[in-house]
Amino acid sequence: MVNGEVVQLAVQPHRTLLEMLRYQLDLIGSKQGCDKGDCGACTVQIDGVPRLSCITLALHAEGREITTVEGLGAAHGGCHPLQDAFDRWDAAQCGFCTPGILMSAEALLRKVGGEVTRTQVREALAGNLCRCTGYTKIIDAVVDASRPQAAETDDTSATEEAAQ
Amino acid sequence: MSDEKREAWQIGKSHRKVDAMERMRGVTRYTDDIKLPGMLHGKIKRSPHPHARIVSIDVSKAMAMDGVFAVVTGADMPTPYGIIPWTPDETALCVEKALYVGDGVAAVAAIDEDTAIDALGAIEIEYEVLQPLFDPEESLAQSRDNPINPYARTGNLSKKVLLEFGDVEAALAKADLVVEGEYFFEGTTHAAIEPHCAVAHVEPNGLLTVWSATQVSHYLHRELAKVLEMPANRIRVIQPPLGGAFGGKSEPFDLEFCVAKLAQITGRPVKILYTREEVFYSHRGRHPMKMKYRTGFTADGKITGVDANTVLDGGAYSSFGLVTTYYSGQLLCAPYEFGAYRFLSRRAYTNKPACGPKRGHGSVQPRFSLEVQLDKAAVQLGLDPIELRRRNDMGAGAKTVNEFQIGSNGFLECLAKVEAASDWKTRRGSLPYGRGLGVAGSTYISGTNYPIYPNDMPQAAVQVCLDRSGRARVFSGANDIGQGSNTMLAVIVSEELGIPLDDIRVLSADTDLCPVDLGAYSSRITLMVGNACLQAAGKLRKKVCEAVAKRWEVSPKRVVLAQGMAIDGDDPERNVPSAQAFVWAEEDHGLLGEVGSYNTPKDRHGDYRGGTIGASPAYSFTAHVAEVDVDEETGVVDVKTIWVAHDCGRALSRRIVEGQMEGSAYMGFAEAIMEQHIVDPGHNGVHPGPSLLDYRIPTFVDTPELHSLIVEAHEAQGPYGAKEAGEGPLHPSIPAIANAIYDAVGVRMDTLPFSPPKVLAALEARRAAEAAGELAPHKGAARRTA
Repeated sequence: MVNGEVVQLAVQPHRTLLEMLRYQLDLIGSKQGCDKGDCGACTVQIDGVPRLSCITLALHAEGREITTVEGLGAAHGGCHPLQDAFDRWDAAQCGFCTPGILMSAEALLRKVGGEVTRTQVREALAGNLCRCTGYTKIIDAVVDASRPQAAETDDTSATEEAAQ
Repeated sequence: MSDEKREAWQIGKSHRKVDAMERMRGVTRYTDDIKLPGMLHGKIKRSPHPHARIVSIDVSKAMAMDGVFAVVTGADMPTPYGIIPWTPDETALCVEKALYVGDGVAAVAAIDEDTAIDALGAIEIEYEVLQPLFDPEESLAQSRDNPINPYARTGNLSKKVLLEFGDVEAALAKADLVVEGEYFFEGTTHAAIEPHCAVAHVEPNGLLTVWSATQVSHYLHRELAKVLEMPANRIRVIQPPLGGAFGGKSEPFDLEFCVAKLAQITGRPVKILYTREEVFYSHRGRHPMKMKYRTGFTADGKITGVDANTVLDGGAYSSFGLVTTYYSGQLLCAPYEFGAYRFLSRRAYTNKPACGPKRGHGSVQPRFSLEVQLDKAAVQLGLDPIELRRRNDMGAGAKTVNEFQIGSNGFLECLAKVEAASDWKTRRGSLPYGRGLGVAGSTYISGTNYPIYPNDMPQAAVQVCLDRSGRARVFSGANDIGQGSNTMLAVIVSEELGIPLDDIRVLSADTDLCPVDLGAYSSRITLMVGNACLQAAGKLRKKVCEAVAKRWEVSPKRVVLAQGMAIDGDDPERNVPSAQAFVWAEEDHGLLGEVGSYNTPKDRHGDYRGGTIGASPAYSFTAHVAEVDVDEETGVVDVKTIWVAHDCGRALSRRIVEGQMEGSAYMGFAEAIMEQHIVDPGHNGVHPGPSLLDYRIPTFVDTPELHSLIVEAHEAQGPYGAKEAGEGPLHPSIPAIANAIYDAVGVRMDTLPFSPPKVLAALEARRAAEAAGELAPHKGAARRTA
């Protein structure tokens, strides 16, 4: 299963999951930043758990449920609250690391099931490198998205104060 | 430079970026996401030697392999090029010699990546190994007869600049205090998360298109024409959405020439994606600099003179090195009055990956030295380091000692903000041993007054078109590299034409579709491209307002364009949707399109050789306070918080500006504590760890709390008063942390990075001096650890 759809395809045994997603399924949202498990840009979820697809063999995905950033918003009318919060906070600059970060962050929010602390965000996302933001706006956005009232509005003044 | 006073409806607000949501949905196509029918994959064979003459290359076995379509070597593209027109000293692939481990020697195009990698192994290269030189001073001491770089003009001296303003020796002689210091700034690299990638395609009629992860599509366009020996009007360069750059993609690289040549030979599209290892070899990162400083002060802390002597380790090629060598001295002369100033900077060729521009090009290293010098003076003179900086502030409208004209200047406000936010006055004197606060200031350019290649044409140009559905299209050659420049343009058009950001489409960095822009470097886009865009949008606003005013029979001054409408300012009940206003304007004027362009003022720099290099239309100012915790037992420096105050003139889009400030402070922190881009002379010049695991960049856990404090000193040269925000805020991080370490434990860190072994060695030296009675215990306090 990839993003809720059954996928059947032939894969060479040495292909990574990232190569399969990007080159065979044209799911280009998962990125290759290092191709050796250092940067986290390739992070997807396997059975709901964040995994580095660049060091996971494609065959490992057989019979499992793979979720990529393209499938993140499916249950939310196409836009997950995290994506909306990242957009409001300008938490993506170049956006290259963002898909991987979103997949790690979504797993955190699901695990905690409520408002997360800045420390929890830092620890959960420690395997995802970002070179643009200094991480600050990403933490702001994830904490914001974890709040039950995570609003559909552009008013982030309350959360800004909380971030100080 | 708006033509009348109107209340801003977009400027200064926070905005959702025009292109962020599609990036977060994973549908944006970066360069490596481009897939063309029949596309081949290229790979580049790289030298295993740091310095070697190429005796012969035999590609026959590689060519004979199934799935290999073409192999090229340096002989196929022998024309030397260089981003700076005066120093063309590199070729697409090595012709005569390989100059560092990782230098490109040959390239293949094959049916897939695996086959291309196999084909590299089948290329046979005979090298005559030459003696490598890794130390810049040793390199400069060699005879000029056998330079490392075969195109070098003066041996291994890549560039030398000596400039003196006033009588420095006299200024130091009359000083009450002369602080002397030697500093070493280790080189660092950009490490954008997106590796370099390029794709080329040739039409049957010979038209060449190159997609590249570049931040300078115009300069790439020019260099492709030169090296491929074809007219520029037969080449189209497109920069797809970019995954970070920081200066690391601001000149042509071997892969761009190779994909183009291989596509021409094979008639099929070709892609090359660097491995992460290749990104480290391509480098062009921050120069290692060895700096000697002498700074004179009066007893009340005024700077009397500055004398700087700097050796830059340039690596194998010039890159921007001519400019870097100037910048290492020229960008230091604000925000403090210097009295007199002299700098001697020499850049050396060495057998290492070439250095170039990284965020804060050329001036981050000397800024570190100067700001630590100021801190040392403050301690010796018994002055508060913030107060010492205040006393040297040059203010708005000043002329620097090297004759640059400063415009607006919010430096004092920056100092006040970080002083207040960090509770400096109360806390600095009361923090226990091991905990410290440090301050530093800086300035940076908002673009360079002169383009890289001399010409009198505009430095920036923008075309804006409106259509009857109420939308605007913005065509700009500027490169959005993640910093948000496309959004900046949309904000300006929205402000002027009254339509929401969603109704503005920005098309950028395509040499066929967009007017020329010089690219994303030297923090030039907001000021230069912003001004060009404001001009074009302002002309359209005038037409639209006139058309509406005519129908309403009122003065055009009464017509306000905002909130998706044209509104009668005196009677807001009377309004029409933007689309209707555009229709009226199109009825009156025909198709609605305007161009705007910007050229720099030419009277804001020095009248001496080199006096234009480093001059800018406007200068930003920054101050940081850093708080650190130093572990006496392990030498680990834990940077807790950095307060960043930055004078950006006017924040056109507030949260984007904050993001630039935070990203800059983070990157400076990283260089201070963790990063070093080096090769190992003990292992034949091999990079010790060309990966994102071994080259340690900060994670979420490592990075301190960053607090951005925007200061706005309106700049007459900038659009709506705006100046740069993308590079200036990096500079003070490093000296602020060094100064905080001194405040915490009483040791001076004059060599980067401030790694545990260096901190421990400094602490031991301090303890020995204390034991010998040469120094009193720091902060007079008992140690936290035995």
